[in-house]
Amino acid sequence: MTDVGRHPRIKLLTLSEVVDVKGYVGNFDIKIIKRAKFVDESACTSCGECAMVCPVVRPDEFNIGLASRRAIYSPFPQAVPSSYLINIKECLGHNPAVCSKCVDVCDKKCINFHMSDEEIALRVGTIIVATGLKPYDPTELDEYGYTRFENVLTSLEFERLVNAGGPSRGELVRPTDMGHPKSVGFIQCVGSRSSRKGGRYCSNTCCMNTIKSTLVLKEHYPDMDVKVFYIDIRAFGKGFEELYARSRRLGVQFIRGLPGSVEETADKGLRVAVENSAHATLEFHELDMLVLAQGMQPAPSTQRLQEMMGLQLTPDGFYLEAHPKLQPVDAATRGVFYAGCAEGPKDIKESVTQASAAAVRAIRLMHKGEITTEPITAEVIAENCTSCGICAQVCPYNAITVEKKNKQPASVNSAACAGCGTCAAECLFDAISMNHYTDQQILGQVDAMLETAPESKIVVFACNWCSYAGADYAGVSRLQYPANAHLVRVMCSGRVDEKFIWDGLRRGAPVVLVSGCHIGDCHYINANHWTEKRVTRIRKKMSKMGIRSERLQLEWISAAEGIRFANKMEEMEKIRRTVSREEIEETIELLRNI
Amino acid sequence: MTTQSVTQKSGGSGSDPRIGVYVCHCGLNIAQSVNCRQVAENAAAADGVILSKDIPYACSEPGQHQIKQDILDNRLNRVVIASCSPRLHEPTFKQMVQSVGLNPYMMEMANLREQCSWVHMNDVDNATRKAETLVDMAIARARHLEPLTEDILPLTKKTLVIGGGIAGIQAALDLADCGYDVTLVEKQPSIGGIMARLDKTFPTMDCSI
Repeated sequence: MTDVGRHPRIKLLTLSEVVDVKGYVGNFDIKIIKRAKFVDESACTSCGECAMVCPVVRPDEFNIGLASRRAIYSPFPQAVPSSYLINIKECLGHNPAVCSKCVDVCDKKCINFHMSDEEIALRVGTIIVATGLKPYDPTELDEYGYTRFENVLTSLEFERLVNAGGPSRGELVRPTDMGHPKSVGFIQCVGSRSSRKGGRYCSNTCCMNTIKSTLVLKEHYPDMDVKVFYIDIRAFGKGFEELYARSRRLGVQFIRGLPGSVEETADKGLRVAVENSAHATLEFHELDMLVLAQGMQPAPSTQRLQEMMGLQLTPDGFYLEAHPKLQPVDAATRGVFYAGCAEGPKDIKESVTQASAAAVRAIRLMHKGEITTEPITAEVIAENCTSCGICAQVCPYNAITVEKKNKQPASVNSAACAGCGTCAAECLFDAISMNHYTDQQILGQVDAMLETAPESKIVVFACNWCSYAGADYAGVSRLQYPANAHLVRVMCSGRVDEKFIWDGLRRGAPVVLVSGCHIGDCHYINANHWTEKRVTRIRKKMSKMGIRSERLQLEWISAAEGIRFANKMEEMEKIRRTVSREEIEETIELLRNI
Repeated sequence: MTTQSVTQKSGGSGSDPRIGVYVCHCGLNIAQSVNCRQVAENAAAADGVILSKDIPYACSEPGQHQIKQDILDNRLNRVVIASCSPRLHEPTFKQMVQSVGLNPYMMEMANLREQCSWVHMNDVDNATRKAETLVDMAIARARHLEPLTEDILPLTKKTLVIGGGIAGIQAALDLADCGYDVTLVEKQPSIGGIMARLDKTFPTMDCSI
């Protein structure tokens, strides 16, 4: 940690948050808010005089409320940076008549109540997302009595109690009487592997963390009665099984089964009822203290960053990597990498391994000092352009300029254009051509698909980043769906031009699906808003013309939603079966002159 | 090797499409549910297709070698690879055609594995029919492909690391030690994350800080 603080190439911004990310690989423009600490970081020597005179006492977050701190405080003894800070919401105020005791005692004069939040702008080539995890809050699991019984702790609270630097200086004490517990039980899978509450997934580290805790207890208190309630112990890593064996050898009891209920006894002990599935018996255990092995959940900031950078999430809410085996640290967005628990629950060793991998992936991209960009960009066909300006209006990247007054044709800044193709789809005059996804190329595919037996086919437009990837995921998962669904890949659902739909229907397609990323997840900021508007517009037109609007469907399918994709194909097939040959003929006739 | 040369037609001159089609078996991944030879034969009849073959593994060294040789021997100016998802091997095949002088954007893929053989596993007839259509679609698209050139843009040799837990710290140090400027952003007043709160850590039972 201290290495980071003193490294000449690392600029450390704490109490700071990323609030905006724009741009693209090689040149991301970042905005960061650095919150005011009201103490000059570089001048503060962490002498602590200020905290000694501060009259405000608050629970200490670092110790999860098991100890207290003042309104001016250092986060913890080894903190980096080590300087003090003021929680201004707790502080009595800088008016000397009210308090300002800290200002009086600070020799270095580093306390400044006039500091304000700072906005920092910077440009970077790559981004590593290492936002970590949130420990599961067991409040909702009432059967374990976390909120009702004081001697039921979370594993993180337990960590603070057995830590030499913690509130009890490493002595394990019961919160109710400050005495040493004679027996301690651990409950595994709290918030993990459950279809009812918490996550369905395994949090990966809790088994080994508990085993580690039992070893710590047996080392300090050899006579202590230690029991672990579990579903199964996952000791899969290097050296893990040995620790498990050591724990058992030292007399820790492993009881297969999660408790059904916990009750408090008269002396504030805990009576645990459990079905021991190894012996098929109902057992009751009386313990002085109970520790809940809390699982991991995605960090609260995950979704906000995901929307800001157009990243993808798994159904569990962790970040989705570009490929689970071959690109485990890359995001689908070029130039963005994942490290640590942001990508999924993992232990320290794995986090460190992944972080080094992410660093190397970033270096691999940057070491040349230049970046090649995909030439999949929009081009204006000047002679068709009427300078109406709609393209500039729909571009999520402000990459198009049109001088409406001077009737100058639109022009595209190809460095800023990301290639979604929304402009080409919205242009009424065919004045924009989307490289590599031209009208001709896409219509060619649609026509080839519908050349024979069109009435039997399902036409699917799928965006590259979410829905096409979702279809691939259905494939990798071997989910079976009707064999008449045919995909046309586009970079973004925003590219799906109205004329592609009419062309499909005119050539006898019974049903058409437009699929893209969920609203808010669009790889091209918000291009799929235009998809939604356009599909709604086309469906209205269909209804007016007497074509059943149900035959055009819109569905948001993410890269992780293979099941949703397969289910949608089943649904499309059901709709297709309701479309008769006569209906198709009639549609063809209606669209003859469009 | 079941590779078979189905047809050899003389193509037009100049920039007329001269397309080579390769239907990959991917071992049995595709061939189990799709009659690859039939798909290749069907594709041979399409406009602009100079040759059409089925091939055991298009991505393998011998597979790529064969395709490259065909491009040179037959002056192919477009290639359709019907194999796995382009999300997997598009870069591989782009590089392959580029190495024999073809613009990488003149290569098109049909996704016969993730979107056909794996999702219609017990339905060889319909899977094969769909594969034929997917290849026809890819050929139709290939006819209209245009060469494109990649732009080279300047790059900022700096990294933003979001999060100062053990993962963020490690990534920042590795990058900085390699000479890259790093900005490490942490929401809390100190870096360290969850790990700093732990007492001992498994499997070595040493201190966390």
